[in-house]
Amino acid sequence: MIYAPAQMHIPDGFLSILVSAILWAVTAVVLGIALKRVGQDLGERQVPLMGVLAAAIFAGQMLNFPVAGGTSGHLMGAALATILLGPWAAIVVMTTVVGVQALVFQDGGLLVLGANIFNMGIIGVLVSHFVYRSFLRLSGGKRWGIFAGGFLAAWLSIVVAALAVALQLAVSGRSPANLAIAAMGGIHTLIGIGEGLITVGALAFLYAARRDLLQIDAPAPKGSRMVWVGGLTIAALLAFLSPLASSHPDGLEWVAEQNGFIDTAQSSLYTLIPDYVFPGISNEALATIVAGIVGLLLVFGVALGVAHTRRKKTA
Amino acid sequence: MHIHFLDPFRPRLSPVHALDPRVKLVLALAYILTVALTPVGAWPVYFLLLAVILSVGILSALGLGFIQRRALLALPFMLAAVPIIFTNGETALFSFPLGTWTLTGYAEGLARFASVALKSWLSVQAAVVLASSTSFPDLLQAMRAIRIPRLLVAMFGLMWRYLFVLVDEALRLMRARAARSGQGAEAVHRSGGSMAWQARVAGGMAGNLFLRAFERSDRIYMAMVARGYDGEIRSLPLSAIGSGSWLTLAGGLILLILLLLFGFLLWG
Repeated sequence: MIYAPAQMHIPDGFLSILVSAILWAVTAVVLGIALKRVGQDLGERQVPLMGVLAAAIFAGQMLNFPVAGGTSGHLMGAALATILLGPWAAIVVMTTVVGVQALVFQDGGLLVLGANIFNMGIIGVLVSHFVYRSFLRLSGGKRWGIFAGGFLAAWLSIVVAALAVALQLAVSGRSPANLAIAAMGGIHTLIGIGEGLITVGALAFLYAARRDLLQIDAPAPKGSRMVWVGGLTIAALLAFLSPLASSHPDGLEWVAEQNGFIDTAQSSLYTLIPDYVFPGISNEALATIVAGIVGLLLVFGVALGVAHTRRKKTA
Repeated sequence: MHIHFLDPFRPRLSPVHALDPRVKLVLALAYILTVALTPVGAWPVYFLLLAVILSVGILSALGLGFIQRRALLALPFMLAAVPIIFTNGETALFSFPLGTWTLTGYAEGLARFASVALKSWLSVQAAVVLASSTSFPDLLQAMRAIRIPRLLVAMFGLMWRYLFVLVDEALRLMRARAARSGQGAEAVHRSGGSMAWQARVAGGMAGNLFLRAFERSDRIYMAMVARGYDGEIRSLPLSAIGSGSWLTLAGGLILLILLLLFGFLLWG
């Protein structure tokens, strides 16, 4: 089969209207910012560069290698695009790829296209950028930082995007949270390894052939701190929301019920808001999340501190 | 080998093909939205919606078999929705033992699953008819008409222009790899090294493809500049929509609204 679709593209009908609409809105805003930034950075070059690279990502998704049991590993490309182009251009490129896949190849629905762009374009890119940049800074631009960062960025972009898909399905009431998150997360933990290995292979080739493209010493582009923080937030949010949602499916189930109500128009939107509570989160769970986020911040604070002192020493 | 067969567009002489692409895009989106809004359990409405899309499919002369084959793409995703049969609702419908557990299917869960499956099947058919009866340049025009940013539409257009070129390149890379890797019939004589090594080779190919794309985009940019490109996307003004197309648009939207009202009033 020439064109193998990935399991990550949500078809129409699998997300509730509310979830689709919210994700469309978020996607439109982020995409607007990205288009503006890319326009400032690249000027008139942007159209040919973005268009051709989107075609390259699409074609690159066909490159495969055999994995046990007749299946094969594929590339999604969000991490590779982020590393080579920077986050804003990568968002634009991934949007173009996902858009054409939905519009022409029915790989993913049209009404849920906003969600698909959000998962593969925005989440994948933000998380990749956050991981890769952190590793680059930690390693001071050394080889191991590029490859380890590339692998982890690619792996995490797949896993986090899959968790986002599972959460969206659960919130839409289309799949029970505990099952969807475990299944999507589990499968993509493995699929992500393939993505990571291919990304490292590509980086190794480019490191040997055109090291300048990797922009190791280039200063981070404008607004990339925002992207870095965004990536950290999304990774943290999904990492903590997912186990919570799967251990307390009732909470999500409740949201899904409300969502289902909106679908069937049995109750109007405003009845949702007055006594908006999120049952299922006991204080204990809240405490776990807070502890987790604090821990994460501490770890990255230390990492940043180390990177900072190292940079000072070399300067 | 060229890979133009990737393009789903099938030119035919049919009223669906002849319809203004802007009207077609809006109607397809409206249809998908209607399907999404139709309440769970409003089965007659689903059947009417199915009748609508099947009639359009027949009118389009694409062949129902072709449409259904392409619509199968969305099928694997339905697995994700299967569990709601067993976790949703109170009215037990059936149950069977599974190892040490007993799985109980509920009527409400089944209804929900069936409507999710129907919704995605109906929507994907509409998308198939749209993509197979409209050429990509026409789709780009329709995208411009519904106010998708010009820049994005231009990138879509350029991607489409070079998609086939780069896919050809990817296929050449894969053919070269296959030509250099002998493979025995038995699994023991599999060529190449470990899985990680094979993944690295595939990665090298991906990097190579990227590099070629970079260089190609440079050349394309030079060629565009040589022809007077100054960063402004210029395109022909959109033609006026004919009165026949307006009528089709109005008729289609009214039909969809009536179907939706029917669903809301009786099952909402």
